[in-house]
Amino acid sequence: MKLLRDIWLVFGRYFWIFTHNPAWVVIGVVQPLLYLFLFAPLLKPLAATRGFPSGGAYNVFVPGLLVQLGLFGAAGVGFSLISELRIGVIERLRVTPVSRVALLLGRALRDVLTILLQSLILILLALPFGLSINVIGVVVVLALIALIGLLTASVAYAVALWTRSENSYAPIIFTSTLPILLLSGVLLPMGLAPSWLRNIALVNPLSYAVDAARAVFLGHLGDPSVVKGVVIMGVLCLISIVLGARAFGRAVA
Amino acid sequence: MAVGVVDAAIETHGLRRVFKTRKQVVEAVAGVDLTVRTGEIFGFLGPNGAGKTTTLRMLATLLPPTGGKATVAGCDLLTQPDQVRKRIGYVSQAGGSDYEVVGRFELTFQGRLYGMTREAASKRAAELIEMLELEVCADRTVKTYSGGQKRRLDIGLGLVHDPKLLFLDEPTTGLDPQSRARVWDEVRRMHDRGTTVFLTTHYLDEADALCDRIAIIDYGKIVAEGTPEELKRAVAGDVVTLTVAGSSQAALDSLTDQPYVREASIEDGSVRLYVDRGEVAMPAILRQLDAAGLQLLTIGLHRPSLDDVFLRQTGRSLREVAA
Repeated sequence: MKLLRDIWLVFGRYFWIFTHNPAWVVIGVVQPLLYLFLFAPLLKPLAATRGFPSGGAYNVFVPGLLVQLGLFGAAGVGFSLISELRIGVIERLRVTPVSRVALLLGRALRDVLTILLQSLILILLALPFGLSINVIGVVVVLALIALIGLLTASVAYAVALWTRSENSYAPIIFTSTLPILLLSGVLLPMGLAPSWLRNIALVNPLSYAVDAARAVFLGHLGDPSVVKGVVIMGVLCLISIVLGARAFGRAVA
Repeated sequence: MAVGVVDAAIETHGLRRVFKTRKQVVEAVAGVDLTVRTGEIFGFLGPNGAGKTTTLRMLATLLPPTGGKATVAGCDLLTQPDQVRKRIGYVSQAGGSDYEVVGRFELTFQGRLYGMTREAASKRAAELIEMLELEVCADRTVKTYSGGQKRRLDIGLGLVHDPKLLFLDEPTTGLDPQSRARVWDEVRRMHDRGTTVFLTTHYLDEADALCDRIAIIDYGKIVAEGTPEELKRAVAGDVVTLTVAGSSQAALDSLTDQPYVREASIEDGSVRLYVDRGEVAMPAILRQLDAAGLQLLTIGLHRPSLDDVFLRQTGRSLREVAA
């Protein structure tokens, strides 16, 4: 009970900060538009290529975009934490009896909420272009994106608390997210990849999330890949929350 | 545990903290034993890097000690950190308020973290805003605050739950003299309300003016503890400082063995003598310098300051170390 209250309080603080910064709100809405209008049109001709999955360019591409939004939307959240460390905000919160799990989850859930709103905007905007999906599909996909966002944000916060400096945080985060993204088949389906690349992709947890999202967008809600993707993301999420909360609890010089 | 002071706000035994980096092991706090009595203003005085902040962060549950034990606000630091957190307030050097956030919001949020209802928290925020005279800026974002206003807000954040024990880490560093005086007033008012205040400082005048008792820390160890008066009295007698036209070393050599000189040293190019009775020693010093053929430029007599205490205990001047 105290944990839920603490999470709600911390979430409230960071949500307040987000809504009181118009720049963030504008960026949050414009980002999905950019993805959709500047990148998606390139796909139409590609959809005819051999090896490209059936189901229409948007139904193949939008799930990948959403996964990317979940990953990149959360990968950068550590920057604000590092500046808060520097001005003593985190110490001030850590010296109160507030739950350490709430210090992590309250802010990570704010990040997840913004990612979900962006995802919803993206899905709605893609509908007129020929995306077809039902309501249950949308719910399942959003749940999956939420897990990806929560996982990424927890890891990002742990890395930020561990490095305590933008100069170490940025290279770690960006050099690790890029191969994860490329090997997940987000941009182009791994079906197009040579077999050695496909084998490497098998150990990339994010590729299971992409497979799951694609299956949902192709209308295969009962496909085993959906359950597999959600379970893998869920388990990793729990591990990352434990690690992230420990990072908030542990003192650093 | 040894028989301690019954009414102790803080009691530590052999408190230690070691930091390991890739290249070396640093013992930042090397076994600190201290007792802070309930209701007093206790000052932790020492140069930068002496271990003040590390000790404070351990006592405030932010940093686990490498060794030793401590009781803080009646609770065991190691086994009951949550109980300690409920009873203490802590204001770090950096402050703790976020520039993007409105002051009143920060105060209310902080109160909620201590379990207050929304109404209780906003009532308490209003009280603190009035008490700390933040009415003009309370509803603006912190980035518009002056240095003194921000520091008062930071102190307010540490006072939200009316703690019995408040830690202030260098509360006046970087403030202009006027804001500094305001902070001193606030600390005295907390003291009057019965709050125990544990503050760190590297300003001698601050420790002298504000604190009931002081511990001097250097290289992670407490080198002296007592009231400012006791500490100054321990540096027996008076201090004579003088400069000569020629070599200070020559002056030192000619004076150091005189019977009325207890200790002599050179600080910043001037000779510093600890003597039993200044008025007796002065004429003798003048005669001795004359006999040695040294021309006196300046000479001064003063009562020992905390800097003299520090110098006596550590062999270094705090002003030098802080510079």
